[in-house]
Amino acid sequence: MASIERTFLLKVPSSTQNLALVREFVNSIGAQAGLDERDLFQLTLAVDEACANVIEHAYGNDATKEVLLTANFDDNSLEIRVEDTGVGFDPSGREQKSLETLIAERSKGGLGLKLMQSVMDEVHYDIEPGRKNQLRLVKNLRKPEPPTE
Amino acid sequence: MSGPFAIEESMEGEISVLSLTGYLDAHTAPEFERAIQHSIEAGRFKIVVECRHLTYISSAGLGVFMGFVEDVRENGGDIKICGLIPKVHQVFELLGFQELFHIVDSRSDAIQKFVDVPVWEG
Repeated sequence: MASIERTFLLKVPSSTQNLALVREFVNSIGAQAGLDERDLFQLTLAVDEACANVIEHAYGNDATKEVLLTANFDDNSLEIRVEDTGVGFDPSGREQKSLETLIAERSKGGLGLKLMQSVMDEVHYDIEPGRKNQLRLVKNLRKPEPPTE
Repeated sequence: MSGPFAIEESMEGEISVLSLTGYLDAHTAPEFERAIQHSIEAGRFKIVVECRHLTYISSAGLGVFMGFVEDVRENGGDIKICGLIPKVHQVFELLGFQELFHIVDSRSDAIQKFVDVPVWEG
């Protein structure tokens, strides 16, 4: 039987206040896709990190801007795209510092990408500053184990 | 209505205990940052952060620990973390915080840790 793809959209003003709403949206879709509690938490965390980067870095906390989330899943994977039209923040082009170095530098940031990469199966940036920046986060869906006799 | 995040501060001798409730993300992290800053400005460098009622953390919350711990340690103190629920603990572990912070089960363990190992020895 062909796999049916389902698509969901959420557009929110670019404010950290809306991160809780983003997490609810993602959590609900992940649950529909059949993720277990651990994967649900990880997916939610990754999308939170992605949106926080957009709100704070791409849009500089300008709440008149919007962040667009598109989620779709089929039997094999769940993909969330986070889009903005801001200055384009691509942390993957930056040096990833160790936690020890970040502590020594008294840095309060620099962990978001590492978190996204450690909990998602794929993380892709496609940056066109001022036009459209897109981050794609993919989680492969695990097939349930067949019952054993 | 209570907010999404709250901090209760108490003292155990010379140790400042910050008990966190709710979620710690990019929206609520500045409040946590102000509480840590307040302790430091008051000369209280021995800080326990109790997370029994912390339901969620993202890197913005972890960044507060990261940004202040060096100042605190240079002044003979430390930030010790206790009471993490499993999913929050997982985030600390994913980023390797257990290698660079004392993370213990309970508030009393954290306070005892200040007796056993007052300053982080690496």
